[in-house]
Amino acid sequence: MQTIQKRTAEEFDELALVQAAKKGDLEAFSELVNRYDRNIFRIAQHITHNEEDAQDVVQDAFLKAYQNLAQFQGNSKFYTWLVRIAVNEALMKLRKRRNEKTVSLDEDVETEEGSIPREVADWAPNPEQNYGQSELGDILRKTIQGLPPGFRTVFVLRDVEGLSTEETAEMLGLSVPAVKSRLLRARLQLRERLAKYFRSKKNGDGQREVH
Amino acid sequence: MKCTEFLKELTDYLDGTLTESTKAELDEHLHWCHECHVVMNTTKKTIEIYRDNQIYELPEALRTRLHQAIMSKCRSSKTGKEKA
Repeated sequence: MQTIQKRTAEEFDELALVQAAKKGDLEAFSELVNRYDRNIFRIAQHITHNEEDAQDVVQDAFLKAYQNLAQFQGNSKFYTWLVRIAVNEALMKLRKRRNEKTVSLDEDVETEEGSIPREVADWAPNPEQNYGQSELGDILRKTIQGLPPGFRTVFVLRDVEGLSTEETAEMLGLSVPAVKSRLLRARLQLRERLAKYFRSKKNGDGQREVH
Repeated sequence: MKCTEFLKELTDYLDGTLTESTKAELDEHLHWCHECHVVMNTTKKTIEIYRDNQIYELPEALRTRLHQAIMSKCRSSKTGKEKA
Protein backbone atom coordinates (compact mmCIF):
# COMPACT_ATOMS: atom_id res chain seq x y z
CA MET A 1 0.00 0.00 0.00
CA GLN A 2 2.95 2.27 -0.15
CA THR A 3 3.70 4.40 -3.13
CA ILE A 4 7.22 5.23 -3.99
CA GLN A 5 7.09 8.63 -5.56
CA LYS A 6 10.72 9.23 -6.26
CA ARG A 7 12.28 7.45 -9.16
CA THR A 8 14.41 4.59 -8.01
CA ALA A 9 17.56 3.26 -9.65
CA GLU A 10 15.49 0.38 -10.96
CA GLU A 11 13.14 2.76 -12.73
CA PHE A 12 16.04 4.55 -14.41
CA ASP A 13 17.33 1.15 -15.39
CA GLU A 14 13.87 0.30 -16.69
CA LEU A 15 13.72 3.45 -18.77
CA ALA A 16 17.06 2.48 -20.30
CA LEU A 17 15.61 -0.94 -21.15
CA VAL A 18 12.56 0.66 -22.73
CA GLN A 19 14.74 3.04 -24.76
CA ALA A 20 16.88 0.14 -25.95
CA ALA A 21 13.81 -1.92 -26.85
CA LYS A 22 12.42 1.04 -28.80
CA LYS A 23 15.55 0.89 -30.92
CA GLY A 24 14.93 -2.79 -31.63
CA ASP A 25 16.99 -4.39 -28.86
CA LEU A 26 15.10 -7.63 -28.26
CA GLU A 27 17.29 -8.61 -25.33
CA ALA A 28 16.19 -5.48 -23.52
CA PHE A 29 12.55 -6.26 -24.23
CA SER A 30 13.08 -9.83 -23.07
CA GLU A 31 14.27 -8.47 -19.72
CA LEU A 32 11.09 -6.39 -19.43
CA VAL A 33 9.05 -9.56 -20.09
CA ASN A 34 11.01 -11.34 -17.34
CA ARG A 35 10.26 -8.60 -14.87
CA TYR A 36 6.52 -8.50 -15.33
CA ASP A 37 5.22 -11.72 -16.88
CA ARG A 38 4.21 -13.20 -13.52
CA ASN A 39 2.25 -10.10 -12.54
CA ILE A 40 0.51 -9.88 -15.92
CA PHE A 41 -0.42 -13.57 -15.75
CA ARG A 42 -1.88 -13.14 -12.26
CA ILE A 43 -3.91 -10.10 -13.24
CA ALA A 44 -5.14 -11.81 -16.42
CA GLN A 45 -6.15 -14.93 -14.48
CA HIS A 46 -8.05 -12.87 -11.94
CA ILE A 47 -10.00 -11.08 -14.66
CA THR A 48 -10.63 -13.94 -17.08
CA HIS A 49 -10.84 -16.93 -14.68
CA ASN A 50 -9.48 -19.02 -17.48
CA GLU A 51 -5.89 -20.19 -17.79
CA GLU A 52 -5.94 -20.48 -21.56
CA ASP A 53 -7.28 -16.94 -21.89
CA ALA A 54 -4.72 -15.71 -19.36
CA GLN A 55 -1.90 -17.22 -21.41
CA ASP A 56 -3.24 -15.46 -24.52
CA VAL A 57 -3.48 -12.20 -22.60
CA VAL A 58 0.16 -12.44 -21.50
CA GLN A 59 1.32 -13.03 -25.06
CA ASP A 60 -0.95 -10.43 -26.66
CA ALA A 61 -0.22 -7.76 -24.06
CA PHE A 62 3.55 -8.05 -24.42
CA LEU A 63 3.34 -8.20 -28.20
CA LYS A 64 1.10 -5.11 -28.30
CA ALA A 65 3.44 -3.32 -25.93
CA TYR A 66 6.38 -4.15 -28.19
CA GLN A 67 4.58 -3.02 -31.30
CA ASN A 68 3.50 0.22 -29.68
CA LEU A 69 6.64 1.10 -27.75
CA ALA A 70 7.12 4.24 -29.82
CA GLN A 71 3.90 5.56 -28.31
CA PHE A 72 5.10 5.03 -24.76
CA GLN A 73 6.11 8.47 -23.65
CA GLY A 74 7.62 7.65 -20.31
CA ASN A 75 5.21 9.91 -18.43
CA SER A 76 4.00 6.92 -16.47
CA LYS A 77 5.86 3.81 -15.44
CA PHE A 78 6.25 1.13 -18.10
CA TYR A 79 4.48 -1.31 -15.80
CA THR A 80 1.43 0.98 -15.47
CA TRP A 81 1.25 1.27 -19.25
CA LEU A 82 1.67 -2.49 -19.69
CA VAL A 83 -1.04 -3.33 -17.16
CA ARG A 84 -3.46 -1.01 -18.89
CA ILE A 85 -2.91 -2.93 -22.15
CA ALA A 86 -3.25 -6.27 -20.34
CA VAL A 87 -6.48 -5.28 -18.53
CA ASN A 88 -8.06 -4.27 -21.85
CA GLU A 89 -7.00 -7.54 -23.47
CA ALA A 90 -8.34 -9.53 -20.51
CA LEU A 91 -11.69 -7.74 -20.59
CA MET A 92 -11.98 -8.46 -24.30
CA LYS A 93 -11.40 -12.15 -23.60
CA LEU A 94 -13.99 -12.10 -20.88
CA ARG A 95 -16.54 -10.47 -23.17
CA LYS A 96 -15.91 -13.06 -25.87
CA ARG A 97 -16.17 -15.89 -23.43
CA ARG A 98 -19.42 -14.59 -21.99
CA ASN A 99 -20.66 -13.43 -25.35
CA GLU A 100 -21.62 -10.15 -23.74
CA LYS A 101 -21.06 -6.58 -24.69
CA THR A 102 -21.52 -5.29 -21.22
CA VAL A 103 -18.43 -6.44 -19.35
CA SER A 104 -16.79 -3.21 -18.43
CA LEU A 105 -14.94 -1.78 -15.52
CA ASP A 106 -17.10 1.27 -15.25
CA GLU A 107 -20.40 -0.58 -15.22
CA ASP A 108 -22.29 0.40 -12.13
CA VAL A 109 -22.69 -2.76 -10.20
CA GLU A 110 -26.13 -2.78 -8.72
CA THR A 111 -25.43 -5.00 -5.79
CA GLU A 112 -25.32 -3.92 -2.22
CA GLU A 113 -24.12 -7.33 -1.15
CA GLY A 114 -21.47 -7.09 1.50
CA SER A 115 -21.75 -3.31 1.79
CA ILE A 116 -23.45 -3.86 5.09
CA PRO A 117 -21.61 -6.48 7.12
CA ARG A 118 -23.76 -9.29 8.46
CA GLU A 119 -21.05 -11.67 9.54
CA VAL A 120 -19.60 -10.23 12.72
CA ALA A 121 -18.27 -13.29 14.47
CA ASP A 122 -14.53 -13.04 15.03
CA TRP A 123 -12.29 -15.33 13.02
CA ALA A 124 -10.07 -18.02 14.42
CA PRO A 125 -6.47 -16.88 14.93
CA ASN A 126 -4.57 -17.47 11.65
CA PRO A 127 -7.65 -19.16 10.16
CA GLU A 128 -5.87 -19.95 6.90
CA GLN A 129 -3.73 -22.47 8.78
CA ASN A 130 -6.78 -24.68 9.29
CA TYR A 131 -6.66 -25.53 5.60
CA GLY A 132 -4.10 -27.23 3.42
CA GLN A 133 -2.42 -25.05 0.78
CA SER A 134 -4.43 -26.51 -2.07
CA GLU A 135 -7.75 -26.32 -0.23
CA LEU A 136 -7.01 -22.74 0.78
CA GLY A 137 -6.21 -21.90 -2.85
CA ASP A 138 -9.57 -23.33 -3.92
CA ILE A 139 -11.41 -21.28 -1.28
CA LEU A 140 -9.63 -18.05 -2.24
CA ARG A 141 -10.18 -18.61 -5.98
CA LYS A 142 -13.84 -19.52 -5.59
CA THR A 143 -14.44 -16.54 -3.35
CA ILE A 144 -12.83 -13.88 -5.52
CA GLN A 145 -14.37 -15.30 -8.69
CA GLY A 146 -17.79 -14.47 -7.29
CA LEU A 147 -17.05 -10.73 -7.38
CA PRO A 148 -18.08 -8.61 -10.38
CA PRO A 149 -15.09 -7.98 -12.74
CA GLY A 150 -14.90 -4.29 -11.86
CA PHE A 151 -14.54 -5.10 -8.18
CA ARG A 152 -12.08 -7.93 -8.42
CA THR A 153 -9.83 -6.05 -10.84
CA VAL A 154 -9.56 -3.12 -8.45
CA PHE A 155 -8.93 -5.46 -5.51
CA VAL A 156 -6.21 -7.34 -7.37
CA LEU A 157 -4.36 -4.24 -8.52
CA ARG A 158 -4.60 -2.44 -5.18
CA ASP A 159 -4.38 -5.18 -2.59
CA VAL A 160 -2.67 -8.10 -4.31
CA GLU A 161 -0.26 -6.23 -6.61
CA GLY A 162 0.15 -3.40 -4.11
CA LEU A 163 -0.39 -0.48 -6.48
CA SER A 164 -1.56 2.89 -5.24
CA THR A 165 -5.13 4.14 -5.64
CA GLU A 166 -3.91 6.75 -8.12
CA GLU A 167 -2.01 4.21 -10.21
CA THR A 168 -5.01 1.87 -10.21
CA ALA A 169 -7.29 4.72 -11.31
CA GLU A 170 -4.90 5.62 -14.10
CA MET A 171 -4.61 2.02 -15.30
CA LEU A 172 -8.32 1.43 -15.36
CA GLY A 173 -9.44 4.81 -16.59
CA LEU A 174 -11.51 5.32 -13.43
CA SER A 175 -11.66 8.27 -11.06
CA VAL A 176 -9.97 7.99 -7.66
CA PRO A 177 -13.33 8.03 -5.80
CA ALA A 178 -14.62 5.27 -8.11
CA VAL A 179 -11.56 3.13 -7.30
CA LYS A 180 -12.02 3.74 -3.57
CA SER A 181 -15.69 2.85 -3.66
CA ARG A 182 -15.08 -0.38 -5.60
CA LEU A 183 -12.19 -1.29 -3.33
CA LEU A 184 -14.27 -0.90 -0.19
CA ARG A 185 -17.09 -3.00 -1.58
CA ALA A 186 -14.70 -5.64 -2.92
CA ARG A 187 -12.95 -5.94 0.44
CA LEU A 188 -16.22 -6.16 2.36
CA GLN A 189 -17.74 -8.71 0.00
CA LEU A 190 -14.66 -10.92 0.16
CA ARG A 191 -14.60 -10.68 3.94
CA GLU A 192 -18.26 -11.60 4.13
CA ARG A 193 -17.81 -14.63 1.89
CA LEU A 194 -14.62 -15.83 3.60
CA ALA A 195 -16.27 -15.63 7.01
CA LYS A 196 -18.03 -18.96 6.59
CA TYR A 197 -14.66 -20.68 6.24
CA PHE A 198 -12.68 -18.70 8.76
CA ARG A 199 -14.95 -17.73 11.60
CA SER A 200 -14.21 -19.02 15.03
CA LYS A 201 -16.46 -21.94 15.96
CA LYS A 202 -17.16 -20.64 19.44
CA ASN A 203 -18.96 -17.53 18.25
CA GLY A 204 -22.26 -19.01 17.12
CA ASP A 205 -23.56 -17.98 13.72
CA GLY A 206 -22.34 -14.39 14.09
CA GLN A 207 -25.30 -12.85 12.27
CA ARG A 208 -26.45 -9.41 13.25
CA GLU A 209 -28.56 -6.49 12.26
CA VAL A 210 -26.63 -3.29 11.71
CA HIS A 211 -27.30 -0.21 13.71
CA MET B 1 -20.20 8.07 15.01
CA LYS B 2 -22.50 5.38 13.64
CA CYS B 3 -21.32 2.04 12.31
CA THR B 4 -22.34 3.03 8.76
CA GLU B 5 -20.14 6.14 8.99
CA PHE B 6 -17.28 4.03 10.25
CA LEU B 7 -17.65 1.64 7.32
CA LYS B 8 -17.44 4.47 4.80
CA GLU B 9 -13.99 5.30 6.12
CA LEU B 10 -12.82 1.72 6.56
CA THR B 11 -10.70 1.55 3.41
CA ASP B 12 -8.85 4.76 4.21
CA TYR B 13 -8.48 3.63 7.82
CA LEU B 14 -6.86 0.35 6.77
CA ASP B 15 -4.66 2.12 4.23
CA GLY B 16 -3.54 4.66 6.82
CA THR B 17 -4.54 7.62 4.67
CA LEU B 18 -6.85 9.43 7.09
CA THR B 19 -6.19 12.73 8.82
CA GLU B 20 -5.24 12.48 12.49
CA SER B 21 -8.60 13.82 13.64
CA THR B 22 -10.70 11.44 11.53
CA LYS B 23 -8.51 8.54 12.60
CA ALA B 24 -9.02 9.51 16.25
CA GLU B 25 -12.81 9.50 15.73
CA LEU B 26 -12.65 6.04 14.19
CA ASP B 27 -10.40 4.74 16.97
CA GLU B 28 -12.89 6.06 19.50
CA HIS B 29 -15.70 4.22 17.71
CA LEU B 30 -13.64 1.00 17.61
CA HIS B 31 -13.01 1.32 21.31
CA TRP B 32 -16.63 0.68 22.19
CA CYS B 33 -18.05 -1.05 19.09
CA HIS B 34 -17.01 -4.68 19.15
CA GLU B 35 -18.75 -5.48 15.86
CA CYS B 36 -16.91 -2.81 13.88
CA HIS B 37 -13.72 -3.96 15.54
CA VAL B 38 -14.34 -7.47 14.21
CA VAL B 39 -15.23 -6.15 10.75
CA MET B 40 -12.07 -4.05 10.68
CA ASN B 41 -9.83 -6.91 11.83
CA THR B 42 -11.33 -9.52 9.52
CA THR B 43 -11.20 -7.15 6.53
CA LYS B 44 -7.54 -6.55 7.28
CA LYS B 45 -7.03 -10.31 7.51
CA THR B 46 -8.86 -10.81 4.20
CA ILE B 47 -6.39 -8.49 2.47
CA GLU B 48 -3.40 -10.18 4.12
CA ILE B 49 -4.57 -13.67 3.17
CA TYR B 50 -4.97 -12.71 -0.48
CA ARG B 51 -1.64 -10.93 -0.51
CA ASP B 52 0.30 -13.73 1.18
CA ASN B 53 -1.21 -16.64 -0.75
CA GLN B 54 -0.75 -16.01 -4.45
CA ILE B 55 -3.41 -18.13 -6.07
CA TYR B 56 -2.36 -17.76 -9.67
CA GLU B 57 1.33 -18.53 -9.86
CA LEU B 58 2.85 -18.95 -13.29
CA PRO B 59 4.46 -22.41 -13.44
CA GLU B 60 8.10 -22.23 -14.56
CA ALA B 61 7.64 -24.55 -17.58
CA LEU B 62 4.67 -22.52 -18.84
CA ARG B 63 6.57 -19.32 -18.17
CA THR B 64 9.45 -20.44 -20.37
CA ARG B 65 7.06 -21.47 -23.13
CA LEU B 66 5.20 -18.15 -23.01
CA HIS B 67 8.43 -16.21 -22.98
CA GLN B 68 9.67 -18.03 -26.09
CA ALA B 69 6.36 -17.49 -27.86
CA ILE B 70 6.37 -13.77 -27.04
CA MET B 71 9.93 -13.25 -28.22
CA SER B 72 9.32 -15.23 -31.38
CA LYS B 73 6.25 -13.11 -32.20
CA CYS B 74 8.19 -9.93 -31.46
CA ARG B 75 11.02 -11.02 -33.76
CA SER B 76 8.68 -11.54 -36.69
CA SER B 77 6.56 -8.50 -35.92
CA LYS B 78 6.92 -4.96 -37.04
CA THR B 79 8.41 -3.23 -34.04
CA GLY B 80 7.45 0.03 -32.51
CA LYS B 81 11.04 1.12 -32.74
CA GLU B 82 11.81 4.65 -33.77
CA LYS B 83 14.55 3.80 -36.20
CA ALA B 84 15.69 0.54 -37.79
